Amino acid sequence: MIRSLWKKGWPPLLTAILLLLLWQLGVTWAGTPAWRLPAPLQIVEEGIRQAPLLGKHVSFTVSITLLGFAIGSALGLLIACLLHVIPGMKAAFYPLLVLSQNVPTIALAPLLMIWFGFGLLPKLIVITLVCFFPVTVAALGGLSNPDPGMHRYLEMIGARRSQLFWKLELPYALPSVFSGLKISATYSVMGGVIAEWLGSDKGIGVFMLLAKSSFRTDRVFVAIFLIVVLSLLLFGAIVLLEKWTVRWKPDKH
Amino acid sequence: MKKLELIEISKSFSTGGSDTKILNGINLHVNEGEFVSLIGPSGSGKTTLFHLIGGLIRPSSGQIVMEGSDVTGRKGLVSYMPQQASLFPWRTVEENVILARETAGLPKAESLELAREWLAKVGLQGYEKEHPHVLSGGMQQRVSFLRALLSPQELMCLDEPFGALDALTREEMQHWLLKIWEQNKRSVLFITHSLEEALLLSDRIYLLSDKPSRIEREVVVPFERPRALTITEDPAFISMKRELINLMKSVGSGS
Repeated sequence: MIRSLWKKGWPPLLTAILLLLLWQLGVTWAGTPAWRLPAPLQIVEEGIRQAPLLGKHVSFTVSITLLGFAIGSALGLLIACLLHVIPGMKAAFYPLLVLSQNVPTIALAPLLMIWFGFGLLPKLIVITLVCFFPVTVAALGGLSNPDPGMHRYLEMIGARRSQLFWKLELPYALPSVFSGLKISATYSVMGGVIAEWLGSDKGIGVFMLLAKSSFRTDRVFVAIFLIVVLSLLLFGAIVLLEKWTVRWKPDKH
Repeated sequence: MKKLELIEISKSFSTGGSDTKILNGINLHVNEGEFVSLIGPSGSGKTTLFHLIGGLIRPSSGQIVMEGSDVTGRKGLVSYMPQQASLFPWRTVEENVILARETAGLPKAESLELAREWLAKVGLQGYEKEHPHVLSGGMQQRVSFLRALLSPQELMCLDEPFGALDALTREEMQHWLLKIWEQNKRSVLFITHSLEEALLLSDRIYLLSDKPSRIEREVVVPFERPRALTITEDPAFISMKRELINLMKSVGSGS
């Protein structure tokens, strides 16, 4: 598995390194001032310098992101199951659910602050709102298209509705659920940072705002790098969890 | 004792305002411990008949009777083996075998023990904890057959179980089924396209006509049990097969 990961991993890694190299050389040759675009090495240096301070910001972002992601995904899965299992619910609610996604989270955020203040709750709500939708859509897709042969078999032997759900539909939908979780995982870090912009005393989002108001472009980039790394880590964790859970799929290699 | 009896079963489906009649007054029965085959041209409503027996759909008219009581439209009274193995990929082989027992609410530990015992008997020992995707097509059908065999329901409905296999595996599986069945004598209703398969395995054969299907002919297979595999080369077997092929041809062209 590590070998296949390496095999798939090195082309994008190489591309990323080349792009960073290009960036480094370009900035150096053109003499771009650091406040406009710092070189990657400068950003890394600044990151190391800020490391002691960054600890509390990162740990705060990580904790609200993980919590919000967990709540959002669980809620997303629950909504999908309810819409699927209760007759008529999908027809009644699914279009509204899709419509609700046209309201930008950032526009809702001030409302959430007015209603819930500056505590943990409004932040978790923002992340939850960002996370639940991809999981709901993906899970619903998986739940409503089980293998017709297996479905017929269970019907022929007289399985009840609940048995159809637990023995076929839910396990069959698992790979779809994981597709949704992967999308949500990457969204959730972004949701966390947006939530922090709206009112917080710590977090990567706050660090970013402070850096912006003092024109420390290098620190803004430090924040961006951290967000990217966190998103990747969370994504990777979901991929591992999928490999560990969905073990029945034959390896394609 | 009649395990299953179909009395004057008719079924029409309405498509786009007009009624299409699929089954037209089907009468058939399966006795206790009898192997009965149902053979007919493609699209002659064999699968519809199985869905009726399984209770997935209701007949337009007629009755389905099991052990003397009317069970028309009731589900969960037959064990089933579909054409595609339809094993559940996230379940191990032994968990697949016990699926029907589990669905019927039988105790799991006992079922698993039975499953392991049977898997060993059919040459699948060592595969109990594997997932189905590592098995070949023939092995998957054995698992699917065990799943049906260990179902608590007495009557087994086998829907062209070897139709998707290659010729060699198919023959091997027919011999395997013949041996297993002769040792256990469950009541079986077997759908097939192949006359040779039907003659080799069955006690009786029903020939279905083209749509709207009737029972064209009922044939009692006279060969003694236990049957040797060489029976297919027996002159009596060959002449009976030829006779039935001619009959099927006339049924097919009569539509």
